Amino acid sequence: MFIRHETLERNAFLFIVFTVLVIAIGGLVEVIPLFTIETTVEHVTGVRPYSPLEARGRDIYVREGCYVCHSQMIRALRDEVERYGHYSIAAESMYDHPFQWGSKRIGPDLARVGGKYSNDWHYAHLTNAQSVVPESLMPHYAFLAHTPLEQNDLTARLKAQRTVGVPYTDDMIANAGADLRAQADPAADTAALLKRYPKAVAVPGNGQYVTEMDALVAYLQVLGTMVDFADPANEKLHQ
Amino acid sequence: MPTKIEKDDVTGQMTTGHEWDGLQELNRPLPKWWVYVFMACVAWSMVYFVLYPSFPGITGYFHGVIGYYQRDAVDADVAAIAQQRAGAMDRIKALSFADIRKDPQLLAVAQTAGRITFAENCQPCHGAGGGGNLGFPALAAGNWLWGGKLEDIQQTVTFGIRSGLDDARNSQMPRFGADAILKPAEIQAVADYAASLFDLPSTGTNLAEGKRVFAENCAVCHGDAGQGNREVGAPKLAAKTHLHGDDRAAILAQLNNPRMGVMPNWNARLDAAKIKSVALYVHSLGGGE
Repeated sequence: MFIRHETLERNAFLFIVFTVLVIAIGGLVEVIPLFTIETTVEHVTGVRPYSPLEARGRDIYVREGCYVCHSQMIRALRDEVERYGHYSIAAESMYDHPFQWGSKRIGPDLARVGGKYSNDWHYAHLTNAQSVVPESLMPHYAFLAHTPLEQNDLTARLKAQRTVGVPYTDDMIANAGADLRAQADPAADTAALLKRYPKAVAVPGNGQYVTEMDALVAYLQVLGTMVDFADPANEKLHQ
Repeated sequence: MPTKIEKDDVTGQMTTGHEWDGLQELNRPLPKWWVYVFMACVAWSMVYFVLYPSFPGITGYFHGVIGYYQRDAVDADVAAIAQQRAGAMDRIKALSFADIRKDPQLLAVAQTAGRITFAENCQPCHGAGGGGNLGFPALAAGNWLWGGKLEDIQQTVTFGIRSGLDDARNSQMPRFGADAILKPAEIQAVADYAASLFDLPSTGTNLAEGKRVFAENCAVCHGDAGQGNREVGAPKLAAKTHLHGDDRAAILAQLNNPRMGVMPNWNARLDAAKIKSVALYVHSLGGGE
């Protein structure tokens, strides 16, 4: 039944066949579950694509490596649920490419940080974390507050997201620039923005130009707020 | 490749039988105990595989024979701890603040629950022990914007400040500079006057003009003598306890385009008993009324 390893080692063709076989098994074990990924995403209401400003904020989040120290994954464990709120569900990151679950918690989990603190706090904290939390280890991101946000490629970015399955509509893409500016201007009319992106949090901005920090704060303020867990329609999270 | 397994004279070990240009390899197998532990682990993994959710299928996954589901498990865990705490927390929720304070044991429970809840949720803005930060009010100083009685604190924590809820604490300071409500000269004058209220060396001489502007524009909220008004959350100006800084530049910035603090409503994140516990804890920090 067993093939002696001398036989394998002396027969190049047989060796190739078995090598391919072993790699194929390993590959299939990793690939096959991806075909059934739809069955793992819960059917909840409220999850929407990120607004243009939030999406750009997410890019800043990735660029600055926030995920290196912050997770966005409240595990289904009692202490985590007690501290951070409802455990994270798959549907909440279904429009994240790539997801930001992270694996390190040098800082706290951010999966439900949206709405937990005021915009002012986020600006102060990102600028100089120790000014509000003296024991914090977080680096300073003051430069984000005076770095203008790159907006030229905004529609291209949203279209790219659409290509990988995020349901941005033509309407959303056509109004991307306007929505982005409306969310970072306290004087702007946000009705259209909120219609397209419910629960989007407007940030104050600096009155002159949209900064990278505006985008990052808008992103942080929506994290974990899209699904209303008090809604009985969302109660059944069994897969 | 000759496969002659023989005993090595120097070490007394058997060789593997492989030879490369005269070099032979000793056969040093893994310790037996290690191999058995490894096999036991493999055997256990088979058991685990059968008992617990393990393998994806086309339309779902194999649920395991004992039907373990982590989300049910955590729900049960959370319910169990809530049950354990229910005795105290239900009483905290039901009783008035006065009654809770009459029961030292219950008060101690509330203080502890409040301290832990405060550390996770409130401390990032208000600082450890309610010390406050620039732009975020100190809670231990007795310098309340919206009132320092237990019921006031409970109301503020529950609905927040400018949080967008109907029951939230709400008020707005006009943008005297940015919206050109006052002329630049008037703003400079009233800044001098406001600075003089808390004993800062005044640069201007025209305090009379500043006083007039103050009486016409500021006194309605901040009081005739800058004593503040908790009905509208208007801070006391006549003391060196300003939220956004104690210098003339800070006054000018506030006059021009005021920063108005936002506190989230906590009724979505914390239950009523926890909010009351936090109120009792905050009240005990040194500023409670």
